[in-house]
Amino acid sequence: MASILDIAAINLLSAPVLFFVLGFAGSLAGSRLTLPEAVAKTLSIYLMLAIGFKGGVAVAEHGIGIDLFLALAAGAALSALLPLIGFGMLGAMTKLDRTNRAAVAAHYGSISIVTFVAATQSMTIIGVDHDGYMVAVAAVMETPAILVALWLAGSASSDSRPEDESILGEIFLNSSVVVLIGAFVIGIITGPKGLEEISGFIVAPFIGVLCLFLLDMGAVAARGMSSGRKFMTPGLIGFGLLMPFVGALVALGVALLIGMTPGTAAILMTLAASASYIAVPAALRLALPEASPSIYLTLSLGITFPMNLTIGIPAYLAIAQWVIR
Amino acid sequence: MKTYPKKQIRLICESPIADRMRKLLERAPISGYTLLPAVGGSGSEGAWMREGLVGDAGQMVVFLIILDESELQKVLDLLYGGMKAQMGIITISDVEVVRPERF
Repeated sequence: MASILDIAAINLLSAPVLFFVLGFAGSLAGSRLTLPEAVAKTLSIYLMLAIGFKGGVAVAEHGIGIDLFLALAAGAALSALLPLIGFGMLGAMTKLDRTNRAAVAAHYGSISIVTFVAATQSMTIIGVDHDGYMVAVAAVMETPAILVALWLAGSASSDSRPEDESILGEIFLNSSVVVLIGAFVIGIITGPKGLEEISGFIVAPFIGVLCLFLLDMGAVAARGMSSGRKFMTPGLIGFGLLMPFVGALVALGVALLIGMTPGTAAILMTLAASASYIAVPAALRLALPEASPSIYLTLSLGITFPMNLTIGIPAYLAIAQWVIR
Repeated sequence: MKTYPKKQIRLICESPIADRMRKLLERAPISGYTLLPAVGGSGSEGAWMREGLVGDAGQMVVFLIILDESELQKVLDLLYGGMKAQMGIITISDVEVVRPERF
């Protein structure tokens, strides 16, 4: 078993993470490094398609078992539970009002799919196996947190939101969930033969595309951190750094309970530790417009995402390997 | 060339509610509208740039609507009803058009 320092070094010196650091540092230094919006969206869809498809193929190879359903239930339960913990922690650590606490908590109950992709890639680089069905778990974890957060906020609807506007539609039909789950199902249907047919598109270029995307995400995260700095208090920053580890440890307990392997447990921990910055912010602008996006976007994108990518992922893997032998 | 007076509503709103506003405009007594992406800006929630972002949150769009003054209040009430809790700006200005029958 590799030590936590070995895993951290392998992760930190991997090309995707170094490109993220390049984007982050370059942007902080004043570089106008950025990808056009359409390119960033295309790369994001490519990554969802590739990771979903490969996850589906892995399930096709190993079959659908009770462990898949246990993992899905665990993911949904974590997504519903973590906002409650986050909401309580925010009450103790910050002076945010109820609406903003609920909004931030929603982000930490839901997941960052890019962090998930980075974690699966780190596992591959380090040489740790994980179950392909975790793609489906990631998709399942997007939603419950939002519903719990709306309940926590005490209002599931704004008075300016039309009755026929579906928040659930916005959540379930956002492009990352549709592409991720769709590609996962196509991967199950077509199996290894389907993967062989398009491997030149989704296997060989994957790491290169991830590097390019993370270069951009590094720049976006640094810009988010700079522009949202005035909204950050020590309590909020502390929450953004502490909550991921709380979520990861709760997920570790769940993973032990349902008998996950160390690699799969580390992925579940990463999902629980990550905070959404694509799907949930858009849904909350519809459902909870009174909450301040500068707070939740800066926290999830400028604080938690870089921390998870550099320190969090190797830490979760090392902890999972240490606890689950 | 002879020109004719009309009103222009300029609505700057958050990208996530663009669909909501489009649906409202389809019900409004107007002949059409134009939707533009905003490149970046700064306001009460800090500065933002469209480039690099992969999610809708944090982005703004601009609706331009030209209409006859007689319909202005009705359309304004409709639009404001859909965005009163959101970030955004509605301005009204006097414009001149060359083909009045189109508005």
